[in-house]
Amino acid sequence: MGTMSEEILSRKVGREVRAGEIVIVPVDYVMAHDQTSPLAIESFRKLGKPLFDPQRTIIVFDHIIPAATVQAATLQRGIRSWMAEEQVGNFLQDGICHQVLVERGFVTPGAVIVGADSHSCTYGALGAFGTGMGSTDIAVALATGKTWLRVPETVRFELTGEMGEHVYAKDLALAMCGAIGVDGANYQAVEYGGSAVQAMNISQRMTLANMAIEMGGKTGLCEPDDVVDAYLDGRARTPYEPVLPRDPQYSRVIEIDASDLQPMVAMPPDPEHLAPANELGDVAIDQVFVGTCTNGRLDDLEIAARVLRGRTISSNTRMVVTPASRQVLLQAMERGYIQTLVEAGATVTNPGCGPCIGRHQGVLAAGERAITTQNRNFPGRMGDPTAEIYLASPATAAASAVTGYITDPRRLS
Amino acid sequence: MGRIWKVSDNISTDEIIPGRYNVTTDRAQLAQAAFIEYRPDYAPGVRPGDVVVAGRNFGMGSSREHAPIALQASGIQAIVARSFARIFYRNAINIGLPILVCDELHGAIEDGDSLDLDLATGRINLPDGRTFQVEPLPEFVLKIVQAGGIIPFVQAGNL
Ligand code: SF4
Repeated sequence: MGTMSEEILSRKVGREVRAGEIVIVPVDYVMAHDQTSPLAIESFRKLGKPLFDPQRTIIVFDHIIPAATVQAATLQRGIRSWMAEEQVGNFLQDGICHQVLVERGFVTPGAVIVGADSHSCTYGALGAFGTGMGSTDIAVALATGKTWLRVPETVRFELTGEMGEHVYAKDLALAMCGAIGVDGANYQAVEYGGSAVQAMNISQRMTLANMAIEMGGKTGLCEPDDVVDAYLDGRARTPYEPVLPRDPQYSRVIEIDASDLQPMVAMPPDPEHLAPANELGDVAIDQVFVGTCTNGRLDDLEIAARVLRGRTISSNTRMVVTPASRQVLLQAMERGYIQTLVEAGATVTNPGCGPCIGRHQGVLAAGERAITTQNRNFPGRMGDPTAEIYLASPATAAASAVTGYITDPRRLS
Repeated sequence: MGRIWKVSDNISTDEIIPGRYNVTTDRAQLAQAAFIEYRPDYAPGVRPGDVVVAGRNFGMGSSREHAPIALQASGIQAIVARSFARIFYRNAINIGLPILVCDELHGAIEDGDSLDLDLATGRINLPDGRTFQVEPLPEFVLKIVQAGGIIPFVQAGNL
């Protein structure tokens, strides 16, 4: 009996656990990336133990690839030699960690996956308990195959209705941040249910779950269903048994009717400051970015390409598109989306995190303004701390690229 | 007595240490980058024993452990906040940086004030005689802190 988190953790622990309890849980996979591995490796070495299971260890290079500086290259060289020493079973370097873990079938309903990256909550899109931790916690999991967790209370969103024209999962995710604020689910899990979620594909569910951490959430869970089964058919690495809520008790239930929603924009300095795109007035944009673990998938590129087809981006702005993975890039090439985006004037980069954290491939200068499909707009995130970051869906971002200022995609004729 | 570095609500890890400064594991370099853009006066001015006093949800955002390490390496004895973001909270406990929850202190002090903190009892004394009590840590978390962080905790056979 319980929420999805309680049910998943109860099954893992082998007894019924309840919100508030601290439990020691075996994990299915442990993930770290090029930015968080170096500290994890330092802590892991202090523990002086071997990997609990090289096949359940996943290292992803995605944050600064190819290495943009000697420092980054040196850290990556260190990770590579550690991986060779420990014979790490899974090394991936062809996309954003959260995207490739899902694509490669590591993520299955009911699994517990800990990642040295806060957006590990994304795995909840498939009904897995994914949660982000720091490097030392990850080192402990690498050495023991276990982690400690406080079983979270759960905030449940009931998302009903049908999204209108040019309203997307991203607009819903932003609306939820606006509804409860950036710490509205701190220490808690988030669950997403209702007809609007059932109607979503995996990519859209990932957009929702990805932004659970933007409300402070430990994880963000969608109920596994036949959409998940169809996606995992031939992809899942292990057999799985879906876990669903059973007579759950939620700390809060919030209903949002998606039919009421318009294209939304989060304004600086954080994702809880929202306005409908068409109420912002003339906000001129220096850089548009479409990509990231929130919105860099095939359907996101398709949406951007649809908006940009036959158009060119404004000469007052610039646009960077970063596919979330090599698979996404290949499919987008096959379908002509990349052709369309490049013809419109966008710079398409290699798969990875791209300019999301202001390290390379589109860093912002002082006072510049960007609209991006990522999940965070904190000061300093993409470059100079005085640069302003606005968050939106791929459609709103692409429409803004056409005009050079923040634009509701419904207003492009 | 430690000097108080007062910061507001919802300070993100991007403000504690921007991602561009995370390409090292060197503690001294990380310390120099603490609050580098949000409060450029912090790194040159902070002294051993100082205390960061924050509002709600301190440390929101990324899981980068560089953030609590940068603050710890800068020499502060503790962070006292109205609340902490979850991952930052775990990271600080794991590396042995004392983080204390006290709802009233933030509104009662100004940046640059000083305080006296007794980590063993959780008592905070201000020079004007006002005192505050921080919330006790959950029992399990306390055991990690008493072990000196999660690494010695695990080495001692726990988990
Ligand atoms: S795309 Fe951005 S938010 Fe996602 S994992 Fe990479 S840096 Fe983090």
